Parts: sequence; C-alpha cells; structure tokens
Amino acid sequence: MKTWLANYPVRPRWLRILGWSVFAFFVATQAIAWKISPPDRDMGHLEKILYVHVPGAWVSFVAFTCVFVASIMYLITRDIKHDLFAASAAEIGTVLTGMTLGLGSIWGRPTWGVWWTWDPRILTYTVLLLIFISYLALRSFVDDEDRRARWSAAVGIIGFLDVPIVYMSVKWWRTLHQMQSTPSTIAREYIIGMDLNAFAFLFIFLYFVIARYRAARVMHAVESRREDAALGVGEAMHV
Amino acid sequence: MGRETRRILAIALKDLTAERRTKANFNGVLFFAVLILLMFGFALGPDADALRDASAGVLWLTVLFGGVLAFNRSYEMELENGALDALLMYPGDRKSIYLGKLIANLAFVLLVEVLLVPMAVVLYNLPVNPRMAPVLLVLLLGTIGFVTLGTFYAAMASRVRAREVLLPLLLFPVLVPLLVAAVQATRAIMTGDVMGDSHAWFKLLVVYDVIFLVASYFAFEYVIEE
Repeated sequence: MKTWLANYPVRPRWLRILGWSVFAFFVATQAIAWKISPPDRDMGHLEKILYVHVPGAWVSFVAFTCVFVASIMYLITRDIKHDLFAASAAEIGTVLTGMTLGLGSIWGRPTWGVWWTWDPRILTYTVLLLIFISYLALRSFVDDEDRRARWSAAVGIIGFLDVPIVYMSVKWWRTLHQMQSTPSTIAREYIIGMDLNAFAFLFIFLYFVIARYRAARVMHAVESRREDAALGVGEAMHV
Repeated sequence: MGRETRRILAIALKDLTAERRTKANFNGVLFFAVLILLMFGFALGPDADALRDASAGVLWLTVLFGGVLAFNRSYEMELENGALDALLMYPGDRKSIYLGKLIANLAFVLLVEVLLVPMAVVLYNLPVNPRMAPVLLVLLLGTIGFVTLGTFYAAMASRVRAREVLLPLLLFPVLVPLLVAAVQATRAIMTGDVMGDSHAWFKLLVVYDVIFLVASYFAFEYVIEE
C-alpha cells in the first residue's frame, strides 16, 4: 500500500533552491553591510562581527517564541506536527544562541578587554541557552512519543515565561550595585546592514526549520511504521 | 472544607506519613545539606569575614542542592507497585495531586531549613537579632518558588532514565531569578538594608512564585496523564 511517505522527499527540489537562494541573500546582505559601513572610530573593522551577532540574537528570540507558540498549539490540538515544529525551532534556536554567545565573546575580548562579563543581557542569553539545552535534553531522554510531546511542551512554556524574569532579575542585580552602560545611538549606515542581515538570518532560520521539520516528520512516520510492524498491526496511515 | 481541599490534604498527608515512617530520605537530605554547608566553609574559609559575606549565597545553594534530591523521591514511591496508576484512577481533579505533593514537599524542605539555618548561623558566625526576621520571609517565599517548580519538573524527571541528572538540568536554569532575588534580599537584610533594596527583591520573589504556581498548576495535567 502506498502512503504519503513514498512521495515525501526530505529535501525536494524547491527546498534545495530555497536553501541556495537564502545562502546567496545572506552573502549579499553581508557584502552590502561591509561595503556601506565605515570602520568604527573605536572598534575599527571589529564592528563587522555585529552583522552576524545582532541578527543571530534577534532571530534566536524568534525561534524561542516559535517553541512557545507551537507548545501551546500542541497542548490544545494534540497534533504531533506542532511538537515536531517546536523541536525543529528549538534545535536551530540553540545553534543560533550558541553562535551569538560565542561571537559576542570574540567581539568582547578586543573591545571590552574580557571574554566574559556579568552583563544582564549576556546572562539572560546564557540562561536562554541553558533552557534550550535542557529542553532538548528532556526530549532525548523520553522515548515515548506522546509523552515526549506533552512534556517538552510544558517545559517549553515554562522556559519561555522564565526569560523575562531572568532579564529583570539580573538587570536589578547589576544596577543596584553599579552603573550600567547603555548602548549609544547607532548611525544609519550601521542600521541598514543590521536590518538587512536580520532578514537574511530570518530566512536562514526558516530554511533550516523547514528542512529539519520535514526530516522530523519522516523520522516520526518511520518510527510509527516500525512500531506497527512490531505489534503486527500492518500498514496504517500515519500523520 | 471543600472536596478538593480534602483531596489535596489527603495526598499531602499520605506523602508526609510515608516519609515520617521511613525518615530515610529526610535524614539523607539533611545530612547532605549539612555536608555541603561544611564543604563550602572549607572551600571559602577560614577567613571569618569572607565566610559571612558569602553566607547568603552558600545557604541558598545548599538549599537548592539538597532540596533537588527530595523531589524525585516523592514520585518514585508512587512508581513502586503501580501506585501512580491507582492514584490517577481516583475521581477528582488531577491538579489536586500536584497541590498535595507540593504541600508535602514544601513541608519537607522547610523542615530541612529549620534545622539547617541554625547550623549555618553557627558555622558562618551570622548575627541573630530581630532585624534579621525578614530573612525568614525570604526563606519562605524562595522555598515556595523552588518547591513549585521542583515538584512540577520531578513529575517528568522521576519517570525517565538518568533522573538524577535530568532534574537539576531542567530545574536550575529556570531558578536563576529566584536564586538571585533570594540571595540579594538576604544580603540586603544582613547588611542593614539601608538602601531599602530588599523590597524590589521581595516583589520579584512574589511575582515569580505566582507566575510559576499558576503555570505549573495548569500544565500539570498534561504532564501526569498517561
């Protein structure tokens, strides 16, 4: 019996085209940002790292919001697709968060003179990364599919609610003791580069989430098929 | 007393009775907590002033490290002999199971603290006077938030392999604001609270407790169902 699985390539032609287009767009936006932005008076060409760092940070919050919304959707509808989507967004979000932290650290060393500082945003971001990792760890520890979906949805929701409180707490923690430096106003040439790259990163995120989601669906279908075969249920439709 | 309230208290009482009869878990957690308190002393001492400065943070980390051992236990005993299935089959709202276990765990951790805090006062040479009374409120508010999420996450962690690792992995990142607020409030009170800093931290603790109590209360049903 033929099911949808037979006609569901993980990486169809349109997705590959999308991938290359996204990559080309990213290269173009980076080139534009580099071209139009003069070297910063203090940082020099170091500011170029911000065209990856800042959009990465923005899009990782988009990813986290996706996890939150998809988690709620799963608990309401009990459709496994929402769970698979949340997991895909969480995986890409974790990579983006890790990358942003790493790049920030590389930027911080020559600019601030330290690899790490107990700054509210860095700390919030680190906690965000830890919450992402614990979300993925939970998923890898739970074998039962339905249970994994319910549990990780709960963890995704609680984790999302926690992030603004983390930010508030570490901000007070720092400001009650010392003055906090505020980001100075940014010149137009820098803003254009940032905004363009924010879109580039959003597209990169979307491409990877789509690719990851398709793979997750196929894995889910194969798993269900295998279970049915083991139980002798025969070929049932899944997803 | 409403039916739900009776149900909640029955579950809390059941858990506490089981604990009272064996005491194995309580003694273990208490001894472990005292041990951590001593180990921190060895690591940070012997300078008495340095120890006193660090004491608020040390006390809270001790409570977190010790308490995290207690939560899995409260579900593990349900897993033996399929007791959890029986518990789920009882009529009534499953949220009562969460609140019942929450109360039992709260009593457990607070009792550990009752014995632990005097020990910290002695070991770290902390001042004891009426001005310090608000610290008890910090301890209560912080413990409520801690136990709320601990009881919630343990409902999942206790039922997978590597439960000892998974629970702190899930729990500690979300506890960061609670740890910061509780430690800072305690420190502010210990140093006389001349700036009135502790009010902001009290507010944060209350907000934290309320948000996660509500969120866990409603999410628990999805976590416990089979």
